[in-house]
Amino acid sequence: MLGALIFLLIGIVVGLAVALVVKFFGVQGNPLLEQISELMPGANCGGCGYAGCASYAKALAEREARPGACPSMSKEAAHKIAVLTGMHEEEREPMTAVVLCSGDEDKASRRAGYNGVNNCRDAVLVAQGAKSCSYGCLGLGACAQVCQFGAIEITEHHIAVVHPELCRACGRCVAACPKHLIKLVPKSMPVQVFCSSPERGAVKLKYCKGACIGCGKCVRSLGSEHISLVGGMAVVNAENPPSAEITSLCPTGALRTLDRRGGK
Amino acid sequence: MIANYLHFYGGVHPAEDKLAKGNSIQVAPLRETYLVPLQMHIGAPAKLLVAKGDKVLRGQMIGEANGFVSAPVHSPTSGVIKDVTTALNPTGARIPAVLLESDGEDKACEMLEPIKDWQNAETDVLRKRVGEAGVVGMGGASFPALVKLSPSKPVDTLIINGVECEPCLTADHRLMLEHTERVITGCLIVGRLLNVKEIKFGIELNKPDALAKLQEVAKGTKVQICPLHVRYPQGAEKQLIYALTGRKVPSGGLPMDVGCVVQNVASVAVTAEAICDGKPLYERIVTVTGRPVVNPGNWLVRVGTRLADLIRLAGGVKEDPAKIISGGPMMGFSVYSLDIPVMKNTSGLVLLSRSEIVQYQSKSCLHCGRCNDACPMQLMPSLLSQIIESGKFDMAEQWHVMDCIECGCCSYICPAQRPLVQHMRRGKMEVTAIRKARKG
Repeated sequence: MLGALIFLLIGIVVGLAVALVVKFFGVQGNPLLEQISELMPGANCGGCGYAGCASYAKALAEREARPGACPSMSKEAAHKIAVLTGMHEEEREPMTAVVLCSGDEDKASRRAGYNGVNNCRDAVLVAQGAKSCSYGCLGLGACAQVCQFGAIEITEHHIAVVHPELCRACGRCVAACPKHLIKLVPKSMPVQVFCSSPERGAVKLKYCKGACIGCGKCVRSLGSEHISLVGGMAVVNAENPPSAEITSLCPTGALRTLDRRGGK
Repeated sequence: MIANYLHFYGGVHPAEDKLAKGNSIQVAPLRETYLVPLQMHIGAPAKLLVAKGDKVLRGQMIGEANGFVSAPVHSPTSGVIKDVTTALNPTGARIPAVLLESDGEDKACEMLEPIKDWQNAETDVLRKRVGEAGVVGMGGASFPALVKLSPSKPVDTLIINGVECEPCLTADHRLMLEHTERVITGCLIVGRLLNVKEIKFGIELNKPDALAKLQEVAKGTKVQICPLHVRYPQGAEKQLIYALTGRKVPSGGLPMDVGCVVQNVASVAVTAEAICDGKPLYERIVTVTGRPVVNPGNWLVRVGTRLADLIRLAGGVKEDPAKIISGGPMMGFSVYSLDIPVMKNTSGLVLLSRSEIVQYQSKSCLHCGRCNDACPMQLMPSLLSQIIESGKFDMAEQWHVMDCIECGCCSYICPAQRPLVQHMRRGKMEVTAIRKARKG
């Protein structure tokens, strides 16, 4: 009984002391920062260029960062922050990552067996990877490992595929890919050439049935204002992209929609 | 003849399998074409001096050194430059190369002037010759010899590496046995170049014939023949320095920081050739061995010979090899193409049969600590591999991953068959990238 009373007394005294200290010595938080922090997506993906959501929010509150820099934030939230900070809101094109390779297990050949660490960044240290095409996706998932949004899938045919509806374009996978196959493109882009090899068409075809061989079929049918041939490879004109129907023309299926539909 | 030298920390003793140690060096017949790489050394690729269609003679310089850390390249035979192209190197990278079609005459060009009286020649003249002849470290790292022989710190000991601790390889063993005088002359030349007090020649006790011959020839000269216990990786620079002198190269340092220069035995032999005969480096001794090979042996082959031709020289294969390794089995690179040319640092080609290859499933670390005992650099591969697997590269740097010499002792000894060296290499790659980014 006495013990309980003593503890009650200690509790009251300490509680009062804390209340007094806060009252007289407490640091006032920045209400703006708190408001901004609440609007942050909390993914800590680093896509804004800051170390995480907290440091981005701090930079916003100090008006050092732009409201549109966060790839994960909804438009409404970005707008609210713009109003709160009184900064101009930049119109941001929604982007997505794409893995520019078509060479899955069925299409691309291997030059050696690989039996080592299950990560692309380790695999390239052994004779630059086991795929015959030196520019192809190794399918060991270094990109999928760093993706926080689960947007990258390693298919059963051992190739990395980005799901644009999940991708927030933070760019982590771009940095992780040792073959530099991943690019950020606007989500509105109807088609993309899924090949990154600068080699000649005949050479590519030896290794991979899915490569862009630079046949020019797409260019001939549409004209070079939509798609052109650069160094033996089709390049989509980002300003004036062709429509998705063009994918049916591609003989190898390298030209596909962003969610990899179309082609063969 | 008791090896009373120091025992470096760790190391392993893999099965030696030196199948070709009794086979004397044979001169390889001329091939029809040679694919001569222009980057057979660490540093900038040589600058091409010839064009497609040019006629060249044996020993003619076809690429000149491009900067201080670089080395010239000489034509391995006489013929026509068919193409300026690229070649694969054993690590899988593409490097510039020329395709040389032999005319079958093997006519030599006017060679460099032999410096017969090297004991009294100016050291600058000797040093210049080493550079002109394109001598590089032939033990594997292929560091231009000229750079090594121009140390920026005082050096008092020259260490000759005749250890050949890699299993299977016998090229250096045969060289020491059959060309002992040339090797010892080379040691003395390099010793004079560096003006050292001592020349220590490290050789392991598993080569008793070469050891006896060396001791006989080196009698009365400055060269001390030092027999060492058999232990891998005794041929690694830092381990050999410790075994012979007791000095420890600091982390991130070079042998010259402790007053040493280490040269491979094959490099000193070609240095002797370059000085006494004026012959540039365009051929080397290569061991072709392994159980699937019909006639394992040692051949004197021209630089630019394709690996496929090496296997043909050895009489082909009895059974399909499961793995082909350029270099020794511990530190060599497994290759996927036989179009890779022999380079100045190709010491051997090892073929392994299906039964010798373990296709393993890597398991979790057992924390047994055997790798920590085996690591000759006294690192902790068990801990480091886990740090690296979880992507904490700045922590890996603090645990000295950059000191790893990739000798393979940890992977060799690991009972869980973890690919430890691969983890280390990944760690080194990422730390190098981090350091580069830090510099700006």
